[in-house]
Parts: sequence; structure tokens; C-alpha cells
Amino acid sequence: MRYLPKSPAERQEMLAAIGAKSIEELFSSIPDRFRLRATLDIPGPYSEAEVIQYFKDRAAENSNGYTSFLGAGVYNHLRSVVTDAIIQRGEFLTSYTPYQAEITQGTLQAIFEFQTLMCQLTGQEVANASMYDGSTATTEAVLMAERLTGRQRVLVARSVHPEYREVLKTYAKNSGLRVEEIPFTASGTVDANALQAVVKDDVAAVVVQSPNFFGVIESYAPLVDVTHTAGAMFVVAIAEGVSLGLVRPPAEADIVAMEGQSFGLPPSYGGPFAGVIASRDRFVRQMPGRLAGQTTDSEGQRGFVLTLATREQHIRREKATSNICTNQALCALAATVHLTLLGKEGLREMAEQNLSKAQFALSELLKIPGVRRTFDAPFFNEFTVELPRSVKIVNGHLLRDKIIGPLALGTPYPQLTKHALVCVTETTTRAEIERFANAVKLALERPI
Amino acid sequence: MNKKIKKASRHTNQSEGLIFEKSSPGKRAFELPPLDVPVADPAKALGANHRRAGIDGFPEVSEIEVLRHFTRLSTWNYAIDLGMYPLGSCTMKYNPRVNEFIARLDGIATEHPYQPQELSQGCLKILRLLEKCLLEITGMDAITLQPAAGAHGEMTGLLLIRAYLQKQGNPRKRVLIPDSAHGTNPATAVIAGYEVENIKSESHGQIDVEKLRDQVTGDVAALMITNPSTLGIFEQRIPEIAEILHAKGALLYMDGANMNALTGVTRPGDLGVDVMHLNLHKTFSTPHGGGGPGAGPVAMKKILEPFRPLPILVEKEGGRLALEPVRPDSIGRVKAFAGNFGVLVRALAYILAYGPGVRQATEDAVLNANYIRKQLEGAYELPYSLPSMHEVVFSDAIQKKSGVSTMDIAKRLIDYGFHPYTTAFPLIVPGALMIEPTESESMEECDLFIDAMKAIAEEAATKPEIVKTAPHTTRVRRLDEVGAARKPILRWKPAAPQSEAAD
Amino acid sequence: MAYPKNYRYTKEHEWINVEGGLATIGITDYAQHELGDVVFVELPKPGAKIELGKSFGTVESVKAVSEIYAPAAGEVIEANGELQNTPEKINTDPHGAAWLIKVRLTNATELSGLMDASAYEAYIAASGKEASA
Repeated sequence: MRYLPKSPAERQEMLAAIGAKSIEELFSSIPDRFRLRATLDIPGPYSEAEVIQYFKDRAAENSNGYTSFLGAGVYNHLRSVVTDAIIQRGEFLTSYTPYQAEITQGTLQAIFEFQTLMCQLTGQEVANASMYDGSTATTEAVLMAERLTGRQRVLVARSVHPEYREVLKTYAKNSGLRVEEIPFTASGTVDANALQAVVKDDVAAVVVQSPNFFGVIESYAPLVDVTHTAGAMFVVAIAEGVSLGLVRPPAEADIVAMEGQSFGLPPSYGGPFAGVIASRDRFVRQMPGRLAGQTTDSEGQRGFVLTLATREQHIRREKATSNICTNQALCALAATVHLTLLGKEGLREMAEQNLSKAQFALSELLKIPGVRRTFDAPFFNEFTVELPRSVKIVNGHLLRDKIIGPLALGTPYPQLTKHALVCVTETTTRAEIERFANAVKLALERPI
Repeated sequence: MNKKIKKASRHTNQSEGLIFEKSSPGKRAFELPPLDVPVADPAKALGANHRRAGIDGFPEVSEIEVLRHFTRLSTWNYAIDLGMYPLGSCTMKYNPRVNEFIARLDGIATEHPYQPQELSQGCLKILRLLEKCLLEITGMDAITLQPAAGAHGEMTGLLLIRAYLQKQGNPRKRVLIPDSAHGTNPATAVIAGYEVENIKSESHGQIDVEKLRDQVTGDVAALMITNPSTLGIFEQRIPEIAEILHAKGALLYMDGANMNALTGVTRPGDLGVDVMHLNLHKTFSTPHGGGGPGAGPVAMKKILEPFRPLPILVEKEGGRLALEPVRPDSIGRVKAFAGNFGVLVRALAYILAYGPGVRQATEDAVLNANYIRKQLEGAYELPYSLPSMHEVVFSDAIQKKSGVSTMDIAKRLIDYGFHPYTTAFPLIVPGALMIEPTESESMEECDLFIDAMKAIAEEAATKPEIVKTAPHTTRVRRLDEVGAARKPILRWKPAAPQSEAAD
Repeated sequence: MAYPKNYRYTKEHEWINVEGGLATIGITDYAQHELGDVVFVELPKPGAKIELGKSFGTVESVKAVSEIYAPAAGEVIEANGELQNTPEKINTDPHGAAWLIKVRLTNATELSGLMDASAYEAYIAASGKEASA
């Protein structure tokens, strides 16, 4: 087998050195009746060429050749080939968690840079080395708020990503957290009056997302005051990080939970991505996950170490801030490289292109008779429209034109049947937007 | 073998500041295609109060600088690609490059989790085949690929147990965890709403089965066991342990972190395990990448199947596959979308490359560990003498006499060209040296490691100072972890007059 | 470091010193030595109630966390705020400047079960032998 670096003679030599007659002998501690005698029933062995062919065949059964208008927490953005070249360097790819600082300075400094970038983007003071994704980061932010406040009631906006809310409920079920939802207004923003009516001094966290699941940008001011007056933590989830190139960051939030997929990570059918938790310096001891910190060595040189590790499971065990161990380090590195490549101007320009293209797409769709905008609040690169016909039927027609249509909102939001969440990024061309709008128009004109 | 070859040599690497310190306004490393639609005025489209002026301190550098920056940083890391990485419990094995290639294919990396399922059959077939392979390897009945990592899998597994017991009327209160367990086990049990009861290992490092009979009462939900244990020793009485639990209505959870010792040789499902997670980034070779990403599928017996997290992969008529978002008894979602797909893809590529021959990898891993054990016995104290599987745990008891600790030996190993083994774990061995070579090491590499370890044992006895002050050859010397924790500096800030001194 | 004669000591290595109606509590020199360089201290706020034998705070080194157990029950009057910025004082002056909390005791007779300085010194000498054996 090509991955195994031993000849039969070497195996024999090593067995002899051990003093064992056969390999079987090394497994003598496994009771005989539990030893597997049959050959495993799995395909293979495959040569490298066969492995590649198998996956090419599978890839051909997917959506190649289609233009997509899906977002909803996973976004298509331009990625430089430089990012992949860097993260495929063996020294990054095949290194472990940097517990031995002297020979993992590369990873540690990169994490420190990632933490810095996340602080700059979110307007927060401290960010960790990454969580699994935006959904689990949002949940961990709530658990952090629970520890900080000692309270167990959580108010989550219904305009937060439906799957993020589901994950929170899974974790909450067994930890005593009570999750309640706050409705949205006719503009698509969090209903501040509804929030004010229920936020009391037993609330640990108020969770909103911006841009929210409908693509709408929230105004924090009316929400954050009532939250803080009740002594609760204001938690902001961000699913589309590119928005931060243009949209004011949630600097007034106590904890920010962000999905980093938009920063150089491919959609990859939903993962792996990189979750982020950013917060205030004074809350750092209740943060989950790893943190890299700057220090000096015995000769006074700058260096980096994992620090404040007493929060973590390998030291504090059942009293840890989280059970997280493996994180998404390589994805965080990809985000670091990607954001460094984009830089200040590149990220702003990318964000501006998203905004312009989404505005253009909306104006094209609004030319179609019967198509209406659902919410009038400002949006970034996603918006919702109401169609005069079932979104699923329209999308069925679009598929024939090799277009993957927008997300139908009827399943997560029964009151929004016939409403569709349209996403347009810098990767969508004008021609594609026009072809899409035209296909929607034709689909709506078809007899039922 | 050429005896003159020594693992480490000196080579120059480049100094490099933080990327923020290289920034200069106006430099760019990335250009976008020109905008082909009318420009939207942000102030108008967003409203003036939503608009951001710019991001303070964000880097402005050119492409070559970015490439050099990260390439230079990379040279400061040790990696499997450079040599043996004997971190016990972490299974640092070769990460085949074809797996990176296929994960990046158009049609694999490009797929959106919400695209129509009729356009996702390729993705779903990959998931289906991986499920089947992992079920065959574990001997279990059902599986979920959702969890993003081992600890996430542990949580999913305990939630399954909780849901199952709840359905029977009582979720119970406690989870038993051996003192040799990974820290994630107790941390996870708490998140799943259980109290942790730590149980002591008997004198050979195994579960004390006689004691366990008394410890398993009606309020115990499960025992979390790692098999082989973190001592690298197979729990010989595991079928009996399962019976004790089952007799009281409790379940057996197996932490599959050490599955590299068992794959193709025995199956947890046959041993009486009810639910377990696999660390695909350990046993199934997906790259650790400096700490992640991973994937932690959870395999289970039939009784737990109805409670699996959403979505559920199902086969429809005509062989069509679908992800179903609703199940009445499900524990719910543990993560958005359909698991860490890109990691799952790599794991399947690894399994397909071996096929049933994956057993050979297990055999070589166990062979390497036992070879190292045999050669280092005597030079280092072996606190538990039962046969080793894929890893061996020594202690620093001999070296302690001259004031040298496991951490010192680990740091000195760096000077010999190796990444350290796992230090000071498991907790039941004071001063542990936990060595896991994996199957990826040749006899030559094992011999180099053995030579290095013997040389360090010699140094510890004759000139302990050189060990205690190691490493001597790295870019930075031992770092001030106390200072880092007392006054944490967790991000770069633009130079203020007083912070100039830091450089 | 000498163990003050007027203090009383616990098996978990806390000391307590009662002057007037007020008790001062800290950790012993032996405890700080075992723990290594202290990097963080978590203490209760004034007004908090502490219970005999229950943990009221933690002391952290880089890679360990130790609970601090109350030698007696009472109400916290003051916590040593200095330690937030200079936790290292616990390593240099554990019996003096690095006191942790001042407490109004509920029941001063609880102290009768504690060791005096010479008993404590004998206790740590014995446990030290055990540890190195």
C-alpha cells in the first residue's frame, strides 16, 4: 500500500526485535472471540487515479454548469488561488494544535493575526482562534452570556438564521436555558417594542443577526439600550462577513458570533467553515475556545503562545467554558490569508460590488409584473421578494434554464410562502442577473 | 540504514513581523473584475448611519508580500510532512495529497447546501458511501455524519443517550468517566446536562470492573470509555462492562479517539458499545491543519437511531438520496447544514485508497508503537506493563531523579528534529510521555526517534542542564507563558508610543 | 517561609486569621509553591456568603486551577482587589499582602477544628514525603 512505508522484511525485523512471532500476537489483548476474521466489506483499494475518478464522477452528478442565487448563510465569493496555495503548505496543513509553541510559531502568529482581523472587522476587543461555524458560535455566545449573567432566559430574534436557532435549541434543551423568539416588523427588522415588552432582569442574552436572515440590516440602537437596561448581554450574529466591509460593525454588542465562510472558504456543501466569537476584554475569561497571546522568550524576542488555557476542557474538565477542542484552524488561516490579500480597499470594493449587484438585481426583478419587495429596510447582498406564484414552482422552471433559484421562505417562515430570499454577490454577472430576471418573468407568465 | 544520518540540521529561516506592521496605504494584493452594473451609493442604499467609513488598521500589502509572509511563518512550524509527530492520542498520520485535490474539485467544493437535492446526488452519494464504510468498520447499526469534531460528537452521543432514556421515562442524572479520560469527556457530559462522576482505574490502568458493579446505579445514564484507553491499553473486560451497564438500563459510550488501534481488527459494535464517535481527523487522516477542522461522526446501535440529529440522510424510491429535515424524536440540529462535508470527502478518499486493507495500517501502527516501547524500555520507566496497542505511555520517573521532567525531555526532542510526544497526559500517570508513532513512520524514522530518546535519557543523567533549558535550536526559546497569562495581549494594536518597546 | 503562629490552617492549604470580629483568609506558602506562578485569582464580591468547606474562589496558574475552600462560614466584607492586577503577590507574600478576602464569621467556634502553625508544618512535611515517595 502506497501510504505505508515498510517492506515485508522490515516488518519481520521489527517483530523480531519486539520478540513477537506474528502481528497477531500484538493484538493478544483483544479477546479472541471479538477479533474480526472476515474481510471488511468496503470498496477499494483504489489507486490514486481511481480515487480521483470516483470523486469526479460524483462531482458530475451535482450542480456543475448552474448559476445560483442562493445565499442564506453560505455565500459564493471570489477567492484568490494564493489562499489555497498557502493553506496547502504541509507546514500548515499537517501540523497539530500549537501546544508546543517553540515549533509552531507559524500557526500561533497566524492565529494572533486572525484574532486581530476579527477584532478590526467586528469592532470588538478580543476574538478567539475559531469555533466550528456560525451556528455553534452563536450558541456558544449565548452560553457565554449565561455564565456572565447567571441567568437562563434567552431572547432570539426570529430573523436569526433558522438553523442557528435550531442549534441553539438543541443545546438549550438540556442546560436549563429557556429560549423565546422575538418577532420581526413589517420592515423585516427586529420588533423593538416586542423586545421591550419581554426583556426583563432574568434575561441572559438578546440575540439578533445583521444582516439578518432576510438580508436586512438591523439598527442596533433601539435594541441595545433596552437589552442593557435589563442587564442582559447583547449578542450579534453575522452570517455574511463581507458586509463588514461597508456596514457599520456591531461595536456596541457584548458578544459577536460570526460565520467566517465568506472569507475565502468555498461553500463545500455546508462545511468546513470557521466560526468566530469576539467580545470585550473584560469578558475574556468566560470565552470558549483557544486564544493565542503575544509574549517574549527568554532572550526577549517576541513570540506567541496559547494562553488563558485554564478556561478549556483539557485543564478545567467538567468546569470548562466549553467542551470544544478541535476547532477550524486551517479555515481560520484561509480567512486570514484571504482578508490579508483583500486588504482594506479590496474588502471595501468587494462589499460595494455586492451592494451594487444586489440593488441591480432587485430593480430588475421589480420590473416584473406582480413581483413586490417584502421588506423596505436597507439590505446588503440579499433581499426578499414576494412572487405572485409559488417560489417552488418558479424555481422548478428556472432549473430548466440551468438556474438555481432563490431560497423559498415558506418552510422556515410559513407566513412568507411565496416569498423568496435572493442572493447576489460580486461573482454574479450582470448577464446572469438579467437572464435570471427574464427566466422568472417567463416562469410567472406560464399557464399553471 | 546509514547510521550517520541524523534527523535535525540547522537551517536559516527568515524573520518576519506581523502583517499589520508591513502595511502601507495604497498597496493591494487583490483586484476585482470591473463592476458591470450601475454603482450603488452606499450612503443612499444603506442609510448614512449604517455605513462604515473604513476598517482601522486593516492590512494593505501586495501579493508577493502576502505570499512571503505566510510562507515564512510556515517555516516556523513542525509538521507531519517534515517527520514523525508522535503526539499520543492525536494520531498524526500522513495526509494524502489526493484527498486535498478531490476536495477542491468543481462540483465538490462549489456545492451549496440549499441547492436542490436532485442536483446534489453526487454529494449525497459520497455521504452515503462514507456512512456505509464507517458502519462496517465500527460494527454499528446507524450513524450521523453531522458533528464537526470529536467533542461535538461526544455531545451528540450523550444527547442521543439522554433522548433515549427520556423516552423511557427518565433521562437519569450521572455519567461515569474514568480518571484516564480526555478532558472533553467531562466537559461534554456537563453540556448534555449530566453530573460527572470520575471513577478510578485499577492498578493496571483498566476499569475496575468489580467496583463498577456498585457504581452503576439506577441514576447512571452512561459510562464514557476510551478504548484502547489513553494508556494505549485495550480494555479487556469491555463486553462485561457493557453487560453491567445494560443490566441497569445504562448505556456504554465509547470515545473513538483511539480507533487507529482497532480498525479492521475488532469492532466496537461487537464489543457491546452502544454509541461512539470517530475522529476523522485522527483515524481517517483528514489534516489537522494546526487545530482543525475535523469531523466527529457518531455511530450507534438501532435503539438510538430514532434520535439522530437533523438532517437525516435517507434513500428514496429508485435509489434517490435525500436529506430530511424533520424527525419526531430527533435531538434536533447540532450544526447548521450537512456536517463538515469537505472533511467527510477526504475521509472517504482515505478509506477508498485502502479498502479492506485498512487493517494493514492498524497493524503497522501497533507494530511501530510496540517497537518503540521495546527499544525504550529501561531507558524510560513504563508505569503500566499491559500490552500496548497503537501508543505507549512512559513516565519521567527515572529522569525526575536528576530534576528532568517530561516537558524538558519533550522540548529537548525538538532539538533532535522531532515534534514532542504528548506530555503530562493521561493524568493518572505522573510525568507521562505518551508516544503514538502511527503507521506512517518507516523503520528508519522510528530508529531515529529511538536514538534521540536514548540520547536524551543519557543527557538527563549526565548533563541535565542541557535538557532543562531546551530547546536550543528553535527560532524562539522557551516562551514566557506566565507573562502571557497575567497581562494578556490577544491582538495587535497600532503602535502607540509606549508599545514601541515590544519590538 | 515561616507560618505565622497566630493563624489557623486547613488541610486544603488555606490560612485564616481572626482579629476582632473580622477574619482574613488566604492561601499558604506551601499552596502557592505547589501551584507555581499565579496568573489569575477569582474572588467573591463583598456581601457574598461563604460556607464552611465549600469553594469560594479559584487561583490559577498557567496550566492549573485550584479551588479555594472556606475555613469557616461567613459574609465577605472585602476582597483583595490588588490581586486582579498583581496576582504574582500570591507567590511573593502569601501570608501578608496577598490575603484574599476579609470575612465576618457566622460561627467562630468552627475554627477549633483547624491546625495551628506547628501542626500544619508537620502536616505538609508528611504530605511532602508522600508526594516524593
